Amino acid sequence: MRIDGKGIIDRTRPVSFRFDGREYGGYKGDTLASALLANDVRLVGRSFKYHRPRGVLTAGSEEPNALVEVVGRTNQTPNVRATVQEVFDGLEARSQNRLGSLRFDLLAVNDLMAPFFSAGFYYKTFMWPRAFWEKLYEPAIRRAAGLGSLSGRHDEGVYEKAHAFCDLLVIGAGPAGLMAALVAARSGSDVILADENPMLGGRLVSDLGHVGGTPAAIWVAAVEAELRSLPNVRIMTRTTVTGAYDHGTYGALERVGLHKPARPNLPRECFWRIVAKRSVLAAGALERPIAFPMNDRPGIMLASAVRTYLNRFGVVPGKRVTLFANTDAARATVRELMAAGVQVAAIVDPRPDASSVEDCPVHVGAEVVDSRGRHGLREITVRKGAEEFRIETDCLAMSGGWNPTLHLTCHMNGRPRWNEDLAAFVPSEGAVPGLLAAGAANGTMSTHGALAAGRAAAVEALEALEIRPAEVAVPAAEDAPYAVTATWAVSGTKSGAGGRAWLDFANDVTVKDVRLAAQENYRSVEHMKRYTTQGMAPDQGKTSSVAALAVLADATGRGIPETGTTTFRPPFVPVSIAAMGAGGRGAGFAPQRFLTSDQASRDRGAPMTEAGLWYRPSYFPKPGEATWKEACDREVMMVRQAVGVADVSTLGKIDLQGRDAARFLDFVYTNTFSTLPVGRVRYGLMLREDGLVLDDGTTARLGDSHFLMTTTTAGAGLVMRHLDFVHQAFCADWEVRFISVTETWAQFAVAGPRARELLSGYLGQPVELPFMGVAPVQIGGVEGRLFRISFSGEEGYEIAVPTRYGEALFRDLLARAETMGGGAYGMEALNVLRIEKGFITHAEIHGRTTAFDIGMEKMVSAKKDCIGKAAAARPGMVGPEREQLVGLKAAAPISAGAHLFRPGDTVERVNDQGYVTSVCWSPTLNAWLGMGFLLDGRARHGETVRLVDHLRGIDVPCEVCDPVFHDPEGGKLRA
Amino acid sequence: MRLTCPLCGDRDRREFYYYGSDDYLDRPGPEAPASAWDDYLHNRDNPAGITRDLWYHEQGCAQWLAVTRSTVTHEILRVELVAGLKGARE
Repeated sequence: MRIDGKGIIDRTRPVSFRFDGREYGGYKGDTLASALLANDVRLVGRSFKYHRPRGVLTAGSEEPNALVEVVGRTNQTPNVRATVQEVFDGLEARSQNRLGSLRFDLLAVNDLMAPFFSAGFYYKTFMWPRAFWEKLYEPAIRRAAGLGSLSGRHDEGVYEKAHAFCDLLVIGAGPAGLMAALVAARSGSDVILADENPMLGGRLVSDLGHVGGTPAAIWVAAVEAELRSLPNVRIMTRTTVTGAYDHGTYGALERVGLHKPARPNLPRECFWRIVAKRSVLAAGALERPIAFPMNDRPGIMLASAVRTYLNRFGVVPGKRVTLFANTDAARATVRELMAAGVQVAAIVDPRPDASSVEDCPVHVGAEVVDSRGRHGLREITVRKGAEEFRIETDCLAMSGGWNPTLHLTCHMNGRPRWNEDLAAFVPSEGAVPGLLAAGAANGTMSTHGALAAGRAAAVEALEALEIRPAEVAVPAAEDAPYAVTATWAVSGTKSGAGGRAWLDFANDVTVKDVRLAAQENYRSVEHMKRYTTQGMAPDQGKTSSVAALAVLADATGRGIPETGTTTFRPPFVPVSIAAMGAGGRGAGFAPQRFLTSDQASRDRGAPMTEAGLWYRPSYFPKPGEATWKEACDREVMMVRQAVGVADVSTLGKIDLQGRDAARFLDFVYTNTFSTLPVGRVRYGLMLREDGLVLDDGTTARLGDSHFLMTTTTAGAGLVMRHLDFVHQAFCADWEVRFISVTETWAQFAVAGPRARELLSGYLGQPVELPFMGVAPVQIGGVEGRLFRISFSGEEGYEIAVPTRYGEALFRDLLARAETMGGGAYGMEALNVLRIEKGFITHAEIHGRTTAFDIGMEKMVSAKKDCIGKAAAARPGMVGPEREQLVGLKAAAPISAGAHLFRPGDTVERVNDQGYVTSVCWSPTLNAWLGMGFLLDGRARHGETVRLVDHLRGIDVPCEVCDPVFHDPEGGKLRA
Repeated sequence: MRLTCPLCGDRDRREFYYYGSDDYLDRPGPEAPASAWDDYLHNRDNPAGITRDLWYHEQGCAQWLAVTRSTVTHEILRVELVAGLKGARE
C-alpha cells in the first residue's frame, strides 16, 4: 500500500511492469519489491526445498526470499533479487520454483513431507536401490530443486569489463562512506565512491534522521553535489564491490542497463577491476532476523526493510503492523509508521528490562512463538511468561540486531573477531592490506559515530599516501548507544505446534536442521554448513550465517568465538559469468590474425583453417572438384610438376643484430651459425634446457652481425620468450639485440620445377641463387628478400616484401603461376608435400622428442655448449629404448594418433611399439604415407608393423621405412 | 595481483608470464655432473614464506623479472631485472 507524501520515488513518472503475467504500476525509483508491495502483492516466490510461500524479507542485496526471473527479449535471468531490480516500463518478471501457479504450487506437497526432509535428507534417502538413482531420483530431484531456470539460448546481451585506478576507493555511500569520500575529495586525492544502490546515502535515505541540523537527505544531496562538482571524484552507483584481491585490486559489478528497457549496445552489466592505493570499507551492516517458529510467511520482514519501504518508497507492507525486536533502535520503525498514520498493533520485545513507553501496546519480556496465514501473515502468537496470546497482524517487522557487512575483509584469509557487546563479528584490523573498515561495517552503529569514523579512516588513508588531509568538521547527528542482547532462536508454543524456525530462508534451513547436524556430530561450522546447506544459496547466508553458528554453538555447548565462522569468499553478490568474461565470446575469445593474402585467397573460394590465431587457406577449389582431397591432390602434383605459390608469412621471424649475434645463435641452436657465410641460410634445431626439442627453422645471415631467424608458426611466441630468457639470464652482457618481425614481412613460397623460371620472369633478371642462399631483391622499387629454401622437396624459393606490399605480390605471383600451369596451394597440399619429403612439424616435435628421436643427434655440435645439450645426453634420452622417427607406407587409409604393434602381438598397451603423428595420401607415390615414432625404429626399416586406431576402426599393415619418401637424395632441391 | 616492473611501473599480473623459481638462473656448467642438472631442472623448494621467482613482462617490455615475494602474505618485496642481476653475465 502506497502512502501519500512519503518516499523519494518520482511520482511524476509512473511505470508499468508485469509480474507473473499481470500488469502492475509503479514509479521511477521503485524496486520490483517496493512496487509489488505497493500493489499489495506479498507472495512473490516459493522456497527452495519445502515450496513454502515466501515474500520480501529485506530491502537490499542480501535478500534470500524474493528471487524472481527477469525475462527480456534475448535474456532470461534467474534468481534476480526483487529488492535490487528497479522497475522500468516493460519489465517482465516471473516468480520461480513452482509447479503450476504461484498460489497453488503443486510441489507445496513437499511442505507436508517436511519431517522427512531434514538435514542430510539426500545423503540418507537416495542411497538405494542403485538403479533408481538415474531413472527416478535424479530426474525427480532435478525437476523439484533449483531456483530459477535459464532460457537455454545464448545470452545475446551486451556486457563489458573495465579497469579503474584511484588513490582511495570508498565502498559504500552511507554516512561513513560519504564522509570519507568528502575528506579525500577535498584533499585533492583521486577518489572512487562506489555504492550498490541507485542513490547515495545508505541508511540516511531510509531513516528519517538529521545530519548537521538538516534532514539527512538534504545533507546527502549537498555532499553529492559537491562530490559531483569535483574532477578528482568518480561516483559509481549501482556498483557492488564484490571482492578484495591482492595488492589493492577490487572486483566490482556495475548494473549498467538492468534498470532500463534493453536497447542495442546498452551493456547490461560491467565488471570492473578497480586498483586502489587505499580503500575504506563503509558497507554498513545487515539486520538479522530472529528464528521464531513459522517466521517465514510473507509479511514477516526485517524492521529496517519496513522502514526503508516507508521512507524511501512510501510503501507500507501491511495495514496492522507488529514489531518483534531486541534493540531500542528498531522501535524507530514503528514510531515512523505511526507518524505516517499506520496502525501498529504491538511491540514484542524479548528484553525483560526494555522500556514499555510507546504510543502502542508493548509486551516486554515476550516472544513471538508462532504465526498463521496461508499465503501471507494473518496472526502471530506471543508468549509472555506462562501466558500465550494471539495478535492479529499482517506485517511483522523483526530485528535481532545487526551484523557488520565485513565480508570483504575476509576475502584474503582474514578472520573476523567476535564482539560480545555487539553480539556480532567485527572486522580484524589489517585483514586486507590497505583497507580500513569504518562505520557500521566496523561495528560503529550510531550515525555520528559512522560520520566520525569515515573521516578518521580517510585521514589515516591519506596520511599513508602522504596526502595532506583537508580539515572537515564532523556534522552533528544521532549518537545513541547501541545495545543488544542476542536473541537468535525462539522455541515453539507450549502445544508444540509449528515448530520450524527458519535460519536460512533461501535454502530452507531451520534451527532443527542445525541442531540435528550437531547431534549427528557435524559439529564443525564448516561441516554443519555443508550438511545443512546453510549459507550455500545465492545470498550466501548474509542474513543467516551468524544466527546459524550461534545455534550450533548452543547445541554443542561452546561459545560463538570458539565455534568460529565459515569463510566469506568473493563475490559478495552473484556476478554473472557473462560480465566477468565480457568480450571473450565468439570472435572475442581469441584475436584473429589475417594474412595479407587473405582476401585474395577468399576470392578464389579457399576455405580457411586456423593455425594458432592465424587463418590460412586450406585449399583452392577448382570448378568440378567435389572434395578437398581432389583439390589437394591437384595442388600437390602442380607443385611437383610445375609451380605453386603459398603464403608462409605466419612463420615466426626474429631479426637479430649485434657483434655477438652469431655467438648467441651458437648458444641457442644445437648446431653452429658462427661459421655460416653472409648470404647463406642454415637449418637450425633448438632444444629446451631439459634436452627435448623446442623448435626448428632456418636462419639466414644477412650481414656479418645481422641474422634473420624463422620459427614455426606455433612456436613463434615461445621461441621469442626463450631467446629473451637465455639472453637476459645467461649472457646479458653480450652485444646482441633481437625483435620479432613476423608481421613486418609478408613471405611467399614459390616451389616447383618452374619456380626459378617464374621468379626470373617476375624479377626481370635470371635468378641464380644457390640452394640455401639469400639475396636482396628489387621488386618494382621495393626492397625485398629472396631465400632459396624448400619445405616441399622441390626447387623452392621464399620471397619476402614489407607487409603492405604482400597482397600485391601474392596476386602478381599467382597470376604468373597460373599462366605456367601452376597456382596457389593451401595448407592441405603443403602438409602432403612436407610428409612426402619427411620434413617434421610440431606434430613430430611435440615436446617429448629428442634430437636423437628425430634422427638429428648429429646436429648437436660436440664443439660447443648449447641450451639443452647436457640434458640431452642424460641416460634414457638416447638409445634403442627410445621411440624413433620412421616413415610408414600403407595401401589403405591410415590415421594420425594410431598406435603401432608387431603383427603377431595382441593389441594391448603392453605391446605398444609406437604411434603415428602425421599421415597423408600421396598422389606423388600413390600410397598412404605416415610419420611416426617406433621403438628402435631406425633399425627396423623394411619391417611390417600393424597400425591400429580403435577410434576410427583402422587396422592396417604398414611398411616401416625412412621418413624421406620423395627424392631422398635431394637432387630436386639443389637443381 | 600486481607487479611493479622496474621499466614499466605498476602493472596487472595479466601482463606477465610466470615461469618458476629463480633456480633457473643458476645454470650448471656443461661439465657439471648429471645430479647437478637434475637438481637444476627438476628439484624445487616449495616454501611457505619468502620466495623468488621469474616472471616475463610479455605484454610490456619483454624483460624477465626476478620477483621476491611471500607465498604466505602475497606481499611483493622486490622486483628486479634478471638482466641486471649479478651472475646473469658470463
